[in-house]
Amino acid sequence: MKIIVCIKQVPDTNDVKIDPVTGTLIRQGVPSIINPDDLNALEQALRLKDSHKDVHVTVLCMGPPQADVAIRQAYAMGADKAILLSDRVFAGSDTWATATILAAAIRRIGDFDIIFCGRQAIDGDTAQVGPEIAEFLDIPQITYVRDLVIKGSTVRAERMVEDGHMVIEAPMPVLLTAIKELNKPRYPRMQLIYKAYSPEADIVAWNNGDIDADLTQIGVKNSPTNVKKSFVPVKEKHCIELTGTSRAIATGLVDELKKLHII
Amino acid sequence: MRVNRGIQLDDYKGVMVVAEQRGGKISDVTFELLGEGRKLADQRKTTLEVVLLGYHIDHLAKELSFCGPDKVIYCEHELLERYSTNGYRKVLKDLVLSTQPEIVLVGATTLGRDYAPRLAASLGTGLTADCTGLDIDEEDGKLLQTRPAFGGNLMAVIVCPRNRPQISTVRPGVMAKCAHTSIACPISIVKPELAFEEIIAQVLEVVKDGRKRVSLTDAEIIVSGGRGVGGPEGFRLIEELAETLNGEVGASRAAAESGWIDLSHQVGQTGTTVRPKLYIACGISGAIQHLAGMGESECIVAINTNANAPIFDIAHYKIVGDLFKIIPEIIETLKRQD
Ligand SMILES: Cc1cc2nc3c(=O)[nH]c(=O)nc-3n(C[C@H](O)[C@H](O)[C@H](O)COP(=O)(O)OP(=O)(O)OC[C@H]3O[C@@H](n4cnc5c(N)ncnc54)[C@H](O)[C@@H]3O)c2cc1C
Ligand SMILES: Nc1ncnc2c1ncn2[C@@H]1O[C@H](COP(=O)(O)O)[C@@H](O)[C@H]1O
Repeated sequence: MKIIVCIKQVPDTNDVKIDPVTGTLIRQGVPSIINPDDLNALEQALRLKDSHKDVHVTVLCMGPPQADVAIRQAYAMGADKAILLSDRVFAGSDTWATATILAAAIRRIGDFDIIFCGRQAIDGDTAQVGPEIAEFLDIPQITYVRDLVIKGSTVRAERMVEDGHMVIEAPMPVLLTAIKELNKPRYPRMQLIYKAYSPEADIVAWNNGDIDADLTQIGVKNSPTNVKKSFVPVKEKHCIELTGTSRAIATGLVDELKKLHII
Repeated sequence: MRVNRGIQLDDYKGVMVVAEQRGGKISDVTFELLGEGRKLADQRKTTLEVVLLGYHIDHLAKELSFCGPDKVIYCEHELLERYSTNGYRKVLKDLVLSTQPEIVLVGATTLGRDYAPRLAASLGTGLTADCTGLDIDEEDGKLLQTRPAFGGNLMAVIVCPRNRPQISTVRPGVMAKCAHTSIACPISIVKPELAFEEIIAQVLEVVKDGRKRVSLTDAEIIVSGGRGVGGPEGFRLIEELAETLNGEVGASRAAAESGWIDLSHQVGQTGTTVRPKLYIACGISGAIQHLAGMGESECIVAINTNANAPIFDIAHYKIVGDLFKIIPEIIETLKRQD
């Protein structure tokens, strides 16, 4: 069984700060991590590798050269191969363009049974790249996967919905998107960390010459959606501090809420 | 399909809302989409149509006809009785190709966010996820789609200038609901072409989780506890205050993941987005992922021992103190007043 896991490197939103003047992200000093849902996707692929024979896991990541750290971390968790897709022509891609590039890379890899993505990336929260890849490759998808079994050449998954779940069965090849309930990701292994940084490791960097994505469909210029502007939400705020004894605070609060007709 | 094919933008007219129904009931987000869709259609001086997919749900089509659209398009097919990605994708794609709407609105639910990207990809157009604001650009008539990024710390306005339709998924619980009308609009019934083989990923079972569903989205009052609550026993106090106020219980991820309360109570980026009249945050620091899910609440009260907790940056009422001392007093005061 051949599995491809798409991972994205994202800034750790625990540390994200926005410049209040320019409204842009302060990236300086903000650590990058592998997108949390993508770790669940990778973990599940590795579990299938642990429990089934002849499973091969390839990690695919599109990003700037510094995303090299992310693919080596994924390798050190146990992936067999890691590919970093990096090219100036990819820069500024929206979800359509990103999915176009990833789909081109997957076609180049060729053979696959399962493509795993995270449900969504924490920087944009779109949850669109996975389903768009599935559409471009013309394969079925199961999103929000929280449990999974393989039966021959079909996948049966529990898919989360707001008030419960659905049981969905699809033939391979199939694209799945993982949510955090699926599993608990493992840590990289010390030995594999050394290997990940040695020439022995099957880690490669590809540019668009290697995958031949359609140049009219990618990059900031050709992305169908554009950011017209971004801004920091300004909330006018009237904050009242309630002080005194606990009793005084409690009566003060109840009075205020009554005045506002909330209670 | 490809984007940037140099299509004639004027060929696309009207606003289309895709209704969501589950288990014989229209989801609330549909009424919100209809409210917002009406506003956009009026701004564009065009029509609003709502599409309903399903089987044997004429009564739902009728219900929608009193919600302000100019037309209900009811796509009825046996295979649409249950939701499937490919069923929705195929039927909606065919409908969009034949009616050419300028704008399509889908609820940003676990279903909408499943099929909308495939629909957009199959049509060769862009898609903007989880919008919290929609407007028409006065200068060029294009759809301005506002959405939060980085857990709501940054807002972005997204446009889809060269491709049609402009498709957005819209966050539930944010837009104002439609007004009901006394006169119904026409309903047109479509029998779409759809074959069993086209579904591919089959839904075998739909299961509602046994536990009581927390309807945080609809709650007007939410009392929420975080790590400062200290443990499951502490949550009894949170529950008691919620009960006294006739509200629901929320939680931060730290509290929910510690197992002090069921995960379904989690509010925030990875939990539920809420917008109650009153949100009382008890022992919650106010991490951006938490604020992302409750920052739009009308009135926020925060109780925290740390006067510098970020939750106070967005609170309307700031209480620096120990929740275990203050909450019992609040409960007392409320009970005394009854
Ligand atoms: C990708 C991602 C997604 C996330 N999604 C979510 C999400 O959806 N929702 C969410 O909530 N979090 C989310 N988080 C986690 C988030 O970053 C925070 O870790 C979490 O919100 C912290 O919870 P807390 O405020 O309860 O805990 P803490 O940050 O530990 O805060 C506890 C607070 O309680 C106060 N306190 C202690 N004792 C008392 C007392 N006796 N009386 C009053 N106050 C007291 C302390 O001063 C402190 O401010 C996410 C994180 C990541 C990385
Ligand atoms: N640049 C990228 N490289 C690899 N995978 C990606 C990239 N962007 C998105 N993905 C995958 O698509 C999922 C959804 O991303 P998004 O649509 O951006 O929320 C992520 O969890 C990843 O699995």
